[in-house]
Amino acid sequence: MTRLEDLGNFETAWCPGCGNFGILDALKDALVKLDLDMHKTVLVSGIGQAAKEPQYLNCNFFNGLHGRAIPAATGIKLANKDLHVIVTSGDGDIYGEGGNHFIHAIRRNIDITVIVHDNQIYGLTKGQASPTSDPGFVTKVQPRGVINEPVHPLAMAIALGAGFVARSFSGDKGHLSSMIQQAVAFKGFSLVDVLQPCLTFNKKNNFAWYKQRIRPLPQDYDSHNKVWAFEKALQWGDTIPVGIIYRDGRSTYEDACGLMNEKSILSQTPDPAKLVEIFEEFF
Amino acid sequence: MDLTIKIAGEAGQGLQSVGGLLSRLFARKGYHVFANQVVQSRVRGGHNWFAIRISDRPVHSPSFQTDILVALDKESSCHLKELKKDSVVIFDSRLAAFSFRQGRMLDVPMADLASKAGGNKLMINTVAASLVLGLLNFRPEDLFAFLRQSFGKKDEATGETNVRVAREGYDFAHKFDLGGRIADFSRPAGKPKMLVGGSEAVALGALAAGCQFISAYPMSPSTGIMTYLASKADSCHIVVEQSEDEIASINMALGASFAGVRAMTASSGGGFALMVEGLSLAGMIETPIVIVLAQRPAPATGLPTRTAQEDLLFAVHAGHGEFPRVVIAPKDIEGCFYATARAFNLADKYRIPVIVLTDQLLADSFATIDVLHPEEAVVRRYLMTEDELKQARDYKSFLLTRSGVSPRALPGNPYCFVTADSDEHDEYGRITEDLDRMRPRMVEKRNRRISGLLKELKPPSWHGSRNAKEILVGWGSTYGALKEAVDTLCADGVSIALVHFEDLWPLDCKHFGFLNKKRPAVVVENNFTGQFANLITRTTGIVMDRRISKYDGLPFTAREIVRAYRDLHKKGGRR
Repeated sequence: MTRLEDLGNFETAWCPGCGNFGILDALKDALVKLDLDMHKTVLVSGIGQAAKEPQYLNCNFFNGLHGRAIPAATGIKLANKDLHVIVTSGDGDIYGEGGNHFIHAIRRNIDITVIVHDNQIYGLTKGQASPTSDPGFVTKVQPRGVINEPVHPLAMAIALGAGFVARSFSGDKGHLSSMIQQAVAFKGFSLVDVLQPCLTFNKKNNFAWYKQRIRPLPQDYDSHNKVWAFEKALQWGDTIPVGIIYRDGRSTYEDACGLMNEKSILSQTPDPAKLVEIFEEFF
Repeated sequence: MDLTIKIAGEAGQGLQSVGGLLSRLFARKGYHVFANQVVQSRVRGGHNWFAIRISDRPVHSPSFQTDILVALDKESSCHLKELKKDSVVIFDSRLAAFSFRQGRMLDVPMADLASKAGGNKLMINTVAASLVLGLLNFRPEDLFAFLRQSFGKKDEATGETNVRVAREGYDFAHKFDLGGRIADFSRPAGKPKMLVGGSEAVALGALAAGCQFISAYPMSPSTGIMTYLASKADSCHIVVEQSEDEIASINMALGASFAGVRAMTASSGGGFALMVEGLSLAGMIETPIVIVLAQRPAPATGLPTRTAQEDLLFAVHAGHGEFPRVVIAPKDIEGCFYATARAFNLADKYRIPVIVLTDQLLADSFATIDVLHPEEAVVRRYLMTEDELKQARDYKSFLLTRSGVSPRALPGNPYCFVTADSDEHDEYGRITEDLDRMRPRMVEKRNRRISGLLKELKPPSWHGSRNAKEILVGWGSTYGALKEAVDTLCADGVSIALVHFEDLWPLDCKHFGFLNKKRPAVVVENNFTGQFANLITRTTGIVMDRRISKYDGLPFTAREIVRAYRDLHKKGGRR
């Protein structure tokens, strides 16, 4: 049984009041409620303030390179499908430096969960625009405001065929925990984009700004409807919808590749006699 | 006996299928075969060739001369300089006419012969193969059996048509009066031998080592490794994933290795350049990985289908920060098998990245091997046992040890948590900025493994007398040409030996005792700057200014080395 106290209580390197605390709390809550065997779970992250999250849990973790959390997670899951693999990293890490991997991981549909701490800013490098920063957002590097169209991660994920696409808010532990629980339970690639204020460097998108705007999805919302999903995924401004924006089932890479239907690759020992057979093919 | 058959023509004409067929047949007859391909980076057209060298002694390099040239296009006239007085040129003047006359010219209506026997244009290949074999008095039944076998039961009719076409070719060859036979292959030279390609040999080495994961991005000349392993995915339980880029390749492989399977990736210089941050990650998280770097001429895209030894220093120095790695450059195709298998054991034992440095010459060539010994590649994982895990109450992924190697557990075990952190970390693998204590200790721990590695790595191999007055020094794939060059020079009365290195990094001073002031040594390399010569100087302090370099994208032949050696002597030794 996984208990909250087993997950540990670490001193963090986050600013007081940081949105990351809410995400860590919600993640702990989700892990406890899911009763996930922590010995069979690996947390994977890249680099950035968000990517430090696995360091603050008693768990197996792979805190790799900036932008490269998803490929590492892919390798871990393909080697041992019996592990629960959860990526937890920032918007710069996943959507910026690791954008190419984000695209192709969705296409592969490996059964991993990606939680993105999306604060629309680079915190650890002290306040530059991120791929999700709003146009016009002023920073020291973008003194005339951001010119680029932001990445729309949810719409992008839906377009690429992601089976579970959700958005939540770091200030709503109950909602976020529920999203994480459903994402982890989902079989296939799941994305939880978490709106997260950065009190130090993003003075615009703060707690109050989000609280005014976020709205749960309507009662009659059908998360299997791709057209509706695109509409909600692209909605940003006065109203920002949160919840499971899109949900669909398709076979995972692990099932489709046919190599690990019964046992993980790790538990299948290669047979040396096979090699002798293979050598015969060279005569 | 030393005979070279060259099939020359355009890409898409099926040179590889004729070449492959002939190579396989001679290997089955017990001859030593070395076959290499020289191709342009294109899918159709251009001028390419497939050269098959057949001998009664082991051969590992191309020959400078051609005994039988099958000339399928006009550009084949570029091989004129390789022909001897009695070389045979097989061509079809209806397909490509030649103005030159060199050796014995054999104009064969190849397309007509194929269609006469009911075959199509593609079967010109079968005509070419049967003509060559007919001229060499090779038993036709062996060819027919091979053709039937390769088309199999699925396409019996095509198999039979090919046999009819081959008969036409044989008949034609027998009618032709050569005025003396080239060579007689009517009898086998010994027991059948394996014919293995360089990329296949690497892949077989990986399978022997129990590798179960390769992620790679296609890049010549490394792609063959992934291709071959994909064909064995089901039977050998290996995941073969074509990644979105080489950055993903190495990070996926590191993930898989962290989770506990043996993992590798393969690329050429450009792809390896993208992997470099990941290589440094492997150094930091002490996670084993095998990286095959199949060299080709660079910088940048360079010459994708040609060969070079330009990435030695790159392999040795790649990656920011300081961490140990091993670089091994196999000397021949058989060596590719053992080097790759050994690479996995070294990677696991020391928790390090191991780079297997091959090149296009090895990757795209085929050679005969008597037998491969998988028992020499015993899998040793160096993982903690269940009992050790049970007793380790306070497991530390990066425990500080005397050897620098920390006992390795895998995530998923019920006893402890396993970590990897690209940040500087403490013994538990958690991020630290403890500069007083932890940082220096971790740096020392990581690099302490070098002293263990130095004991592990093999000394150079010698060919020739240890008392020779002069030395040729080489590394990697130049071995075959160098060995032959030494034999030629020794036969001419020169007192010379070859000292050849496969294990290139870390280098140990003690392996250079053969260098002294009285004994001139020449370093022979397929690059411009003399990378190994410079590495020796760095290691030993001895200036290595006698060098033979080649950087035109083609491999050395023994004759080139002999000539370059003699030229060097005329100039007084130094270049």
